[in-house]
Amino acid sequence: MGAKINPKYFSASQIKFYLILIPLAVFMIIPVIYVINQAFKPLGELFAFPPTIFVKNPTVKNFKDLFELSGTTGIPMSRYILNSAIVTLITILLNLFITVLAAYVFSKKKFRSKKVLFEINQLALMFVPTAVAVPRFLVIVKAGMIDTWWAHVLPLAAMPVGLFLVKQFTDQIPDALIEAAVMDGANDLTVIRKVIVPLTKPALATSIVLTFQQVWGAVEASNNFITDDSMRTLAFYLSSLSTNNTVAAAGMQAAASVILFLPNLVIFIVMQSQVMNTMSHSGIK
Amino acid sequence: MSMLFSKDDRYKRNVREKREGRQAALLLLPYALLFTLFILVPVTIAIGLSFTYFDVINKPTFTGLMNYIYLFTQDTVFMKKVLPNTFLYALIVGPGGYAISFLLAWMLSQIQAIPRTIISLAIYTPSMVGQVFIGVVWKSIFSGDQRGIVNNILLELNIIDTPIQFLLTKDYFMQIMILISLWSAMGIGFLAMISGILNINEELYEAAYVDGMKNRFQEIIYITIPSMKPQMLFGAVMAIVNAFNMGWIGVTLSGANPTPEYAGQLITNHIDDYGFIRYEMGYAAAVSVMLLIIVYLFNIVAHKFFGSKDE
Repeated sequence: MGAKINPKYFSASQIKFYLILIPLAVFMIIPVIYVINQAFKPLGELFAFPPTIFVKNPTVKNFKDLFELSGTTGIPMSRYILNSAIVTLITILLNLFITVLAAYVFSKKKFRSKKVLFEINQLALMFVPTAVAVPRFLVIVKAGMIDTWWAHVLPLAAMPVGLFLVKQFTDQIPDALIEAAVMDGANDLTVIRKVIVPLTKPALATSIVLTFQQVWGAVEASNNFITDDSMRTLAFYLSSLSTNNTVAAAGMQAAASVILFLPNLVIFIVMQSQVMNTMSHSGIK
Repeated sequence: MSMLFSKDDRYKRNVREKREGRQAALLLLPYALLFTLFILVPVTIAIGLSFTYFDVINKPTFTGLMNYIYLFTQDTVFMKKVLPNTFLYALIVGPGGYAISFLLAWMLSQIQAIPRTIISLAIYTPSMVGQVFIGVVWKSIFSGDQRGIVNNILLELNIIDTPIQFLLTKDYFMQIMILISLWSAMGIGFLAMISGILNINEELYEAAYVDGMKNRFQEIIYITIPSMKPQMLFGAVMAIVNAFNMGWIGVTLSGANPTPEYAGQLITNHIDDYGFIRYEMGYAAAVSVMLLIIVYLFNIVAHKFFGSKDE
């Protein structure tokens, strides 16, 4: 009796769950499959009536058109891809660096204001960036970051959820392990490099996944903080295309969506077991 | 740690603690700096500006509570459309989405690992497709001509004779926004709940059945939820944040701010309307403060339900 969680074998009692879960999974994934098919449809099929979900004669023409279209700005798409790649990479690296340091301090160091500071971070888990878009803009102006790469990177580097998850994971590392390293003469940075980083890899991977999702699709900086078109990102460029409502643009918009989405999917699938491992330590007490 | 030191070592320990404190501060500095600059300072500025009139060009002038008074007494759009919309939307997408994600996570925990992973991925995927993708796919599904997928199906089934302008009229606008938001709401909170349920010690269930627990409903109420309260709280916080961060959805769907007859106008759109369209930054800031307070209230409720009492 009992203990039906995570069954090893199939049993008839599971059928009712499949009857709900499978149709639901199909409903969830169909729009995604539709857009992916849309991206590979030739013009005739995009215009087809009645509309179809699946592509019959796939073509990469939409992607080609998208790459050849440089818009009114004369900036090729490859430039936007490069911008996005650089911004995303730097933000992820900076995020990892500051997060692992802060998580180590919150988890293993003793100091007076620690609890209060961590509470503030907990409160910021519910931070809604759009609520303060205007003040953020003012901060960027005052800091002289308009039209600089900093405007892309710095506002997204400190991520309260990331710090929380990595800290929870760091809590699992026994203090004795760190004390032993200190006895051997390791300083904080060595402890972080040799003990913390290797043992918190799943949480760091999760932080990478979350940062990637945020930064790769972010348009706030390009919209509000950057006026120089050559410094804007792929997500901004592609979202500006999606306001074009002609049917001819539909194929390109779908292609653009796929380009923005696929890296997210790949990164998540590669790291999913690490993410799930982290999630088991995600509880807020 | 302190066990290692005898009383004679107290001086040494003090020195050591001071040094440790300095090192800790140094390591914390980069995160703290960015956190302050882009989260704390903007919130503080928003609160400050909310007591002023500020048009971006001239210096803000102090107006006391004027913005708030106007918000509650004069701004009929806010009181009649934006606030009810926001509550309706946030209640369904927040707590509603949260309940759905728990039920899904629970059902997923009752099946085998490989199908679970595949189905979970299908359910999680919409949460990571991003803003552009959501706009493209749902605009074409709910397109107002007969080529729109939903219109096409309804026409085929003879339920309607002429296509419905789903995204340009107010009739179905909010329902569509809610549907799309729920569709993309199964994010990391959902993943957290799956692993929360899977990590519950199986002996707890066995013991409870020995003690007379009878069915799966009791199992959920007496074992599953109490055993994973921390994950439930994390999931709740994520659900709330997601609900309020999806505020752009209406404007993306209709291509205009305000949305058709304010049918999908949420508080974030109201902020953008005043902040970036009318340049009344002081007033926009007051609305922002209202939004932060609403989010905070939702969180207090979540903590009441799932927070641990010992802290």
